[in-house]
Amino acid sequence: MQQPNKLTPFFENLNFEREDNTMVINFGPQHPSAHGQLRLVLELEGEQVVKAYPDIGYLHRGIEKMAENMTYNEFLPTTDRLDYIASTSNNYAYALAVEKLLGIEAPRRAQVIRTMLLELNRIISHLFFVATHALDVGAMSVFLYAFREREFAMDLMEDYCGARLTHSAVRIGGVPLDLPTDWLTNVLTFCDKVDYEVEHTYGALLNENRIWKMRLEDVGVISAEDALSWGCSGPMIRGSGIKYDIRKEEPYELYSELDFDIPISERCDSYGRFMIYMEEMVQSTKIIRQLTRMYKDTEPQLMAHAPQYISAPKEEIMTQNYALMQHFVLVTQGMRPPKGEVYVPTESPKGELGFYIKSEGEPYAYRLKCRAPSFFHTGLLQELLVGTYLADVVTIIGTTNIVFGEVDR
Amino acid sequence: MAQHQVNYASAAGLPIALTSVDKLVNWGRSNSLWPLTYGLACCAIEMMASGASRYDFDRMGTIFRASPRQADVMILAGTLSKKHSEFARRLYDQMTEPKWVISMGSCANTGGMFNTYATVQGVDRIIPVDIYLPGCAPRPETLQYAMMMLQKKIRRESANMNNNTKQNLRLV
Repeated sequence: MQQPNKLTPFFENLNFEREDNTMVINFGPQHPSAHGQLRLVLELEGEQVVKAYPDIGYLHRGIEKMAENMTYNEFLPTTDRLDYIASTSNNYAYALAVEKLLGIEAPRRAQVIRTMLLELNRIISHLFFVATHALDVGAMSVFLYAFREREFAMDLMEDYCGARLTHSAVRIGGVPLDLPTDWLTNVLTFCDKVDYEVEHTYGALLNENRIWKMRLEDVGVISAEDALSWGCSGPMIRGSGIKYDIRKEEPYELYSELDFDIPISERCDSYGRFMIYMEEMVQSTKIIRQLTRMYKDTEPQLMAHAPQYISAPKEEIMTQNYALMQHFVLVTQGMRPPKGEVYVPTESPKGELGFYIKSEGEPYAYRLKCRAPSFFHTGLLQELLVGTYLADVVTIIGTTNIVFGEVDR
Repeated sequence: MAQHQVNYASAAGLPIALTSVDKLVNWGRSNSLWPLTYGLACCAIEMMASGASRYDFDRMGTIFRASPRQADVMILAGTLSKKHSEFARRLYDQMTEPKWVISMGSCANTGGMFNTYATVQGVDRIIPVDIYLPGCAPRPETLQYAMMMLQKKIRRESANMNNNTKQNLRLV
């Protein structure tokens, strides 16, 4: 019997009020379909779950605490590691919060590029969802097909910023680089490909697939009331028939100028949410197409002009003494935003992602809080899993689309 | 009584292959490395990408297994937190000999950018590591290269695991 002490914490002391014939099983933290390090302690009666206890914290890395000891620009690459399936959406949510704190706005071309990258990330994330959800439920070939298309999106990200997974493609005040040559042509080709594959590959394989429908329909039913009271967002709340998308509710960036639909489903089950993910990919391609047209009418400026907070372009730093001095101060000391606090919600692929920043006028945030959608969806599991069969547990975990980087932070 | 006189030297050669047990065993071991699906964080996504369409790990005889009992290699892909470290050790102990460990990514190597109260500063504090794979996150090609390096390493090892220094170290 292991004894708990300071060095080896004791993990199996979860007390369950056990009634007669239930079996307690441990699910995770290393489980191939637990989507990261989710640990569930399930109490089963026969094959039915009577109690579920999601245990989180296996990927806790202290990211929010790190933010308190880093300058604002230093912290940006750390946000990549929150929702690592769609890194740019984290970078962007953070950059937007800091920009609001500073009271600056990115130039138009940067906004176009950012929105394009955000939607590209949404496609990457949704393709990943379709792939892993299908894999968990048992459709291996969909996983292979979806990853094939995902690699093309990764190529586009790589062409733009050089990284496949951890992009850091958005900076506070703009974007670091302009689009490389041929990028717009490639992204349009990719959009056509996604539209085609969503309909003819994943759609053809899954939408009317008898096994897929049997596994997903009426599994993981969340009523609209539950979805609201558990703080769901993103496809989780839209799957319960509530038309709530921050891109429409509180438009940020260029979303107010873009024409796109918010798919919702009244089914409230996993199948309805799956259909939302499929439709959102098509909507994202629609947005990207509009943005490629908008890009052509923009000025080449990429970073906002705010000498107090943001370094001047490289040419100015190299040629003008004052720009160099400011750059030196910003690099060595970091920017000092005004006192105040700010919370900006954004619609990440998984739901409402927002950063709360409290600034005391120092180069470091006094407190940074990340409101991550997956955290709330993980909490929902303890109610959603009760009464389902053990075989459906994997489907329900898959449909919540949780990512542990942003649950545990 | 018929005489079966076959001149092996002039015909297709001897129907015998001569090798050492070491080579034969290592040929088998190195060409069917089955890793444990041990995705912890961001690197797990790249590990999945390595197994998926473009990078296609299966052609190297690498098939991901969900159970440590069936696995030969543990690819520790991602940040190992202190809360998880006990499980990492337990899973490693559950794997059958011979076993190897690839530490994938900066977090697994040294703790990486997460030098905080919650993270283990390198998985080699918990389990012995064979290959350290740099990058944050390493590309799938890097993981493929690491698997090839591991194959090379296995081919140099003795089939009798007791002769390997790593094993002796593990007993200490």
